[in-house]
Amino acid sequence: MPSANGTREITYVEAVREALTQSMQADERVFLIGEDIGVYGGAFGVSAGMHAQFGGERVIDTPISEAAIVGACVGAALTGMRPVGEIQFMDFITLGMEQLVLQAAKVRFMFGGKATVPMVLRTPGGSGTGAAAQHSESLETWFTHVPGLKVVMPSSPYDAKGLLMAAIQDENPVIFVEHKLLYKISGPVPEEPYTIPLGEPNIVREGKHLTVVATSIMVQRAKQAAEELAKEGIEIEIVDPRTLNPFDDSLMIQSVIKTGKALVVHEAVKTSGYGAELVSRIVESEAFDYLEAPVRRLAGLDIPIPYNRNLEYHAVPQVENIVAEARKLVRGEY
Amino acid sequence: MAKSKNAQTSQAAAKRKLSEKQLHDMLYTMMLIRRFEEKALDLYSLGKVHGTMHLSIGQEATAVGASGALTQQDYLLNTHRGHGHCLAWGSQADLMMAEFMGKETGYCRGRGGSMHIANVDANNLGANGIVAGGLPISVGVGLSIRARNTEQVVMVVFGDGASNEGAFHESINMASIWNLPVIFLCENNQYAMSMPVEKSINIDRISDRAAAYGIEGVTVDGNDPEAVYAAVSSARQRAVAGKGPTLIECNTYRYMGHSKSDRQAYRTRDEVKAWMDKDPIERLVANLGMSKEDKDALFKKAEAEIAKAVEFAEASPEPDVADIMEGVYA
Ligand SMILES: Cc1ncc(C[n+]2csc(CCOP(=O)(O)OP(=O)(O)O)c2C)c(N)n1
Repeated sequence: MPSANGTREITYVEAVREALTQSMQADERVFLIGEDIGVYGGAFGVSAGMHAQFGGERVIDTPISEAAIVGACVGAALTGMRPVGEIQFMDFITLGMEQLVLQAAKVRFMFGGKATVPMVLRTPGGSGTGAAAQHSESLETWFTHVPGLKVVMPSSPYDAKGLLMAAIQDENPVIFVEHKLLYKISGPVPEEPYTIPLGEPNIVREGKHLTVVATSIMVQRAKQAAEELAKEGIEIEIVDPRTLNPFDDSLMIQSVIKTGKALVVHEAVKTSGYGAELVSRIVESEAFDYLEAPVRRLAGLDIPIPYNRNLEYHAVPQVENIVAEARKLVRGEY
Repeated sequence: MAKSKNAQTSQAAAKRKLSEKQLHDMLYTMMLIRRFEEKALDLYSLGKVHGTMHLSIGQEATAVGASGALTQQDYLLNTHRGHGHCLAWGSQADLMMAEFMGKETGYCRGRGGSMHIANVDANNLGANGIVAGGLPISVGVGLSIRARNTEQVVMVVFGDGASNEGAFHESINMASIWNLPVIFLCENNQYAMSMPVEKSINIDRISDRAAAYGIEGVTVDGNDPEAVYAAVSSARQRAVAGKGPTLIECNTYRYMGHSKSDRQAYRTRDEVKAWMDKDPIERLVANLGMSKEDKDALFKKAEAEIAKAVEFAEASPEPDVADIMEGVYA
């Protein structure tokens, strides 16, 4: 795996597109399918130019039919292809839920392991664009609760490329959640193809006072919070699971053993969110003996995402919330 | 075959005529819708409205024709491109504008925005951010009307693209087997985002799908408010007479992109221009033999009403963050 220290910087959306393009060049079985992904280039521009490059047989525009898009991926994957479906907004996965949960995730198991479903379903999730409650969902935990699905949430351009290439090569159905607000961020990304193994977390920043476990855009917000906190002499360590399921938690547990404190941050609503899983893993492990404070969660409020800008902003964790919560934990003021 | 059924319905429908006064009122509402949306676009460009926005400029005749044929007691379920239907239903421009700006005084207290406006007091059960999201709900409203034994109907509006979702087929089937008073109003503006209707549907008319469910289907000129009015009136009569649902397809066109970020690479300028030449407002002005002065004066009146709506919205307060948790549960 090349290091992230390359010199070329590209955006997250370009990184996703590069992963798709290189995967399609390397493997004829890979094709794209989804709504408005052709001449339109995708609602967020991810597949811009790819229809011209690969043609309508490999970049397939569909009617508005989410259940059929997911099901088509299942069928194609079962019979030797490597489909990459796009669901235009994560919210609309609800319409393809049956095909994903009852078919894609279970076929291999039900068939006694004699078939595989190597498909990827990409989708933009999250809030922050003023799109209101039906276009701003963070539903990742739904999928982590389904054995047979893998769930990936890259937080940087480098991760987006490497994880997507790995997801396409994986033999299992993978839900690949991109964050709408991350599309425009840039970072170093090697030009050559590379993969990041699914399931491996990343220590995004080293620190000694507190472990912050964050997913997707919250990793970026935690990094900004870390800069603020560093000015006060507080050094946080940031762990990004990158793949929510499966997730090798040993790095996270080692980190908590080192710092003695943990804060879990995600955008999805708190109740029954992925944070509950992370906290459980920490307190179930040997890290329990090292804890100097309760493990805390910072998550979205238990409400649908409001349209009003200010309400929307306050509905999910922001940098200042992470700073405040981290400070309290480190100072023992919880 | 469905085609002959369609032809019959169209003829019967075309016979019903509107008075000059009714047509005048419809023209004014169409102008109001046009100016409302143009203003909303300005406000968006100024950053006063955020998120996304789907304009129905060019489709006004369908909205006024359809609402005109229904009563205050009937129900409306609307789409993401629903500003026109909302106004034609009699909703107030000022409360709508306040919602666009995310204000506490807006129809949904700033929580819903342009894609989710409802006016529950007026039986407008809301626009929907989910394509075909309203169709299954219309079945429930139809059941409720029957259970309460009232003379109401429910009209659910959706696009050509929505007719490819499973929800469309499941809902029409149920409404049909149970003979429910539902009017399925398909606004065929020729595109679902970038997908042209010819590429997403392998039949000439969406209304032909009615045949598969044993209900009436009719295609009308959606740029002609009288034709839409006539079709919806007939559908309403059938529904209250216990003769079940109707699928009405209104052929029309959106002049603007799907939403703000649309570069429109999927269609030509000439095509847009050709539809603009069939502009519903200009057409009705001509049919009414209205002078340019009278037309301009009427547009001015609409502009003034919209200006007042914007003033109201601008002066309205933002929602209080302290109330953010409100409204999830009763
Ligand atoms: C279930 C679902 N899939 C996709 C979308 C994204 N989307 C919003 S509007 C739209 C096009 C809808 O086309 P149509 O039904 O013809 O209505 P129109 O926009 O033309 O009025 C799409 C794909 C959505 N909102 N909901």
